[in-house]
Amino acid sequence: MMEHATTLSIAQPTTLLPLTFLLPLVGTLILAFSRGQLSYRASATVGTASIGLAALTTAALALGFAAAGPQQLTLWTWIAVGDFTPGISLALDGLSLTMLGVITGVGFFIHLFAAWYMRGEDGITRFYTYMNLFVFSMVLLVLGDNLLLLFLGWEGVGLCSYLLIGYYYTHSANGWAGFKAFVITRIGDVFLALGMFLLFTRLGTLNIAEILELAPQAWQAGDTTVELAAFLLLGGAMGKSAQLPLHTWLADAMAGPTPVSALIHAATMVTAGVYLIARMHGIFELAPTALYVTGVIGALTLLMAGFAALAQTDIKRVLAYSTMSQIGYMFLALGVGAYDTAIFHLMTHAFFKALLFLSAGAVIISCHHEQDMRRLGGLWRKLPLPYAGFMVGGAALAALPLISAGFYSKDEILWQALAADQQGLLIAGLVGALLTSLYTLRLIIGTFHGTAKSDNARHAETGRGLAHGLPLVVLAGLSTFVGAWITPPLAEVLPAGPGDATHVGHSSLELLAAATALGGMALGVWLFGLRRGWLRLANRGPGAGLWHLWHHAWGFDLVFDWTLVRPYRLTVWLLKSDLFDGLFRLLARLVRLLHLGLSRTQSGRVRGYAITMVAGVALILLSLALVIQGT
Amino acid sequence: MILVWLIVIPFVGGLLCWQAERLGGRATRLIALATMLCELLIAFGLWLQLDFALPASGGTQWAVEYRVPWIERFGIDFHLALDGLSLILIALTGFLGVLAVLCSWREIVRRIGFFHLNLLWILGGVVGVFLAMDLFLFFFFWELMLVPMYFLIALWGHSGSKGSTRIGAAIKFFIYTQASGLLMLVAILGLVFAHHGNTGEYSFSYAVLKETTLSPTLAFWLMLGFFVAFAVKLPVIPLHGWLPNAHAQAPTAGSVDLAGILLKTAAYGMLRFALPLFPEASQAFAPFAMALGLVGIFYGAVLACGQQDIKRFVAYTSIAHMGFVLIGIYAGTELALQGVVVLMVAHAFSAAGLFILSGQLYERLHTRQINEMGGLWGRLGSMPGIYLFLIAASLGMPTTANFVGEFMVLFGTFAIAPWVVALASVGLVLAAVYSLMLMQRVHYGPPQSDTPLKGLDTREFCMLLGLVALILWVGLYPQPLLDTSSAAMQDIHRLFDAQSSPLPEAR
Repeated sequence: MMEHATTLSIAQPTTLLPLTFLLPLVGTLILAFSRGQLSYRASATVGTASIGLAALTTAALALGFAAAGPQQLTLWTWIAVGDFTPGISLALDGLSLTMLGVITGVGFFIHLFAAWYMRGEDGITRFYTYMNLFVFSMVLLVLGDNLLLLFLGWEGVGLCSYLLIGYYYTHSANGWAGFKAFVITRIGDVFLALGMFLLFTRLGTLNIAEILELAPQAWQAGDTTVELAAFLLLGGAMGKSAQLPLHTWLADAMAGPTPVSALIHAATMVTAGVYLIARMHGIFELAPTALYVTGVIGALTLLMAGFAALAQTDIKRVLAYSTMSQIGYMFLALGVGAYDTAIFHLMTHAFFKALLFLSAGAVIISCHHEQDMRRLGGLWRKLPLPYAGFMVGGAALAALPLISAGFYSKDEILWQALAADQQGLLIAGLVGALLTSLYTLRLIIGTFHGTAKSDNARHAETGRGLAHGLPLVVLAGLSTFVGAWITPPLAEVLPAGPGDATHVGHSSLELLAAATALGGMALGVWLFGLRRGWLRLANRGPGAGLWHLWHHAWGFDLVFDWTLVRPYRLTVWLLKSDLFDGLFRLLARLVRLLHLGLSRTQSGRVRGYAITMVAGVALILLSLALVIQGT
Repeated sequence: MILVWLIVIPFVGGLLCWQAERLGGRATRLIALATMLCELLIAFGLWLQLDFALPASGGTQWAVEYRVPWIERFGIDFHLALDGLSLILIALTGFLGVLAVLCSWREIVRRIGFFHLNLLWILGGVVGVFLAMDLFLFFFFWELMLVPMYFLIALWGHSGSKGSTRIGAAIKFFIYTQASGLLMLVAILGLVFAHHGNTGEYSFSYAVLKETTLSPTLAFWLMLGFFVAFAVKLPVIPLHGWLPNAHAQAPTAGSVDLAGILLKTAAYGMLRFALPLFPEASQAFAPFAMALGLVGIFYGAVLACGQQDIKRFVAYTSIAHMGFVLIGIYAGTELALQGVVVLMVAHAFSAAGLFILSGQLYERLHTRQINEMGGLWGRLGSMPGIYLFLIAASLGMPTTANFVGEFMVLFGTFAIAPWVVALASVGLVLAAVYSLMLMQRVHYGPPQSDTPLKGLDTREFCMLLGLVALILWVGLYPQPLLDTSSAAMQDIHRLFDAQSSPLPEAR
């Protein structure tokens, strides 16, 4: 009844709200039930249009949001048993609106670009089915007003990620990469699930707003239970957002088509962990230890991934490690309590990383599926648009002062770390900025400058058409300072960060950050541009060791292989013949043995029977005698 | 009287099928189909007509009852009764019966009449189990459903790899279930004699025996008798040995019934008899039962990974899923018990679907060996998409019924035993491992040949689409199901609650 009343008072925006996920769902269903009857063009149109309309819906919601404010809409009660009443209910506030904008807006341009990228591929219908299903799940993830619905979206995006990584299914390695991604993120999901169980058991509700309201009444800051709950949520976030030590899946996830990497493994899904922590900030505010650990994990990840990105040759893997590193920055921001800054960086990162991935996709298709820097080079003249995309996106990634979007968000993160008095995190952030400049320069120079190192690169074909050009141009625009003008409406949702009140020393930090970025770029130009022999550097002496270590991203895969995969395989092998069942088979064998033994006595010889009988009688008499004597 | 019809219809239908073989296979199949549809419609009609939401206050807990004296000397009645739980399971029996008839449409070509006789008699026996409220009658039906199953495996089964024959599997199935049935008979008689000792009257009535006062030791042993009997059927590790063979060697219809309904009779037995008859003893036993559930989850998951036969694979995943059921039953909170109901239904759908698909794969490839598959995605039309959906259901993806069931069990158990839930949740990761491993090895990878195989025909497609729709429906709106079983589950929960308050752990 109450929901009904709200529906009437602000009828227009609330009725629009379900469209944001219904449109992608309709797209999914049309594509899934077409049973291969749709042409390439029709599939791409349905797939792209559904997201485009969802983006328009989001725009309308954003316009209405200023006037109407947050909204809540319950579609139906999912499950109702006693206190357990999670609903299929949506909540729109500044945070979910920001996420919605990123998902549908950036998502639309990526879908559009995919229409160019996927030309001539088999199973385009399948591709757009999964992509639309992904957007559907992601929208539910950010709109769910309770943790169970959030979890629905959370698992849904994981499934779509798995399916799209393994999109080229005829190569087993792609399928196993998807498998790895799903299983590792599922480990995180289990932590999130346990967090839900704990919160529900203690607070009696799964509604996020109610949890945030009840938590401060139920627990004091630093209480063990709330710390545990926060750690469990953090575990879930780490899995999805590829943070140490659950990060190993992201680099392998690059096996999927490049638009997938742009949408799922850069702009949206991998930032779900950041969204989760920002959404549950009330729990983290009560759990200082967990919050601190969040920041530390972010710092470690951004350094680890920064070094790893320096030693990759595949352009998509460079971008994958760079994504990990940038999400590390977001976690760092969360860890110092600057939730709004983390979301701001999430947004700008979505713009410039999507741009970088799409530009990379353009390069890959133009160069006939060549994506190894060792066989690229000298492309800047032939591929001006992707080159421009890389320049603008790279500038934003490396936080080029003043003109790039990345500068504003990253500078803000460093400032918040300083204001929170976390020097350790600040230094990690600055070192990370240096690394970012270095690997960005290496990526751009290795791909576009120098000489073409293979026939594929020499015969690069320039991409054409609206689907190719428009996404790159729009995202490039958003990756400059223009994107930084967009201020997410977060003030009502998230608490102020530590650096929001004062600005003493902000400008000197800005100078330091700018100097780091520029210094890194200069170093990069010198190392990779002027001294050309950057690959040889990695071939000799300690350089080779470091290269090896960083190329394999510090060897985490090996560690997991020996500690988890191999023991599990061994267990499977040991139990293969069903140990417990073996016990019963043993029993059966014993009975059979007895049967054989006793059937021997049935020899048919009278003499044998007579002896047995006499012996039996003697035995009975003897025992009787003993018993009688005993009494 | 309607309850008697529910039991009689499958038996009569079976006899008709047997005789109708003279008219040809098609007539037999149509009669069997009509019988099961009739059963399903009656169950549905009862669901619309009766009110299960009202908790039984003072009066009887049954929505419908039928009772005539049978062997008065020993206090044995022909007593049938129906509540929400029984109705859900009977409707499930009817539905899976329809599927079982449909999926053997092409598969069974020999002795069609006798096959359907056995199939329908199994289902009749199962319905009897779900309705009997007299322990003697319950035992009667419990044994009755085994014999036709034996014939189903022995006569129409497939021989497996490594010399495991269908006869061997059938015998193993029969010995396991007979031995456990014997144990249950002893426990039933023990209970009846204990009641006789107290009051001087013989009675096999559920309602009467429920009130029997027992010494804790005796109650424990009798409870154990019931538990072991049901544990064999569920199955609980280490009593599961019959299941992989029986599942793998049975014809598709047999596997569907085994996984879909026969396993559920065990969970039903625990909910209906083991817990209400011996609440204190069950409460004391709960930690062990939950531990056994955990063992099942892990053991089933690990063994599923090592299987080469797709049907054995599904069999072991059933063991893992039933681990969740066992944990939920013995957690005893209303949420967990309701979760058990949903999970039973969900597992019946998803396991039945996977067995049907395995059968269809076998019809096309003439093998069930996983290493002879691979790369099938592009060759089978829309079948892999449905396979993917059922795999997602079996690994507990939200929007599927399995998710709702598993998570309700876990949510409900967490308040009682957080560590059990923490460990069981690891099972969710293992579920992802074995499910996606199967997907990978069967459907992905390089195709072994480029020739397309026959896609799904209308009959197959409709069966599977129906399952998919039901899984989604229960996954997104399980409330009709929950409302139906709510009163029955609250009853059981109250029994448990009365015991659990003094326990320090419960807080």
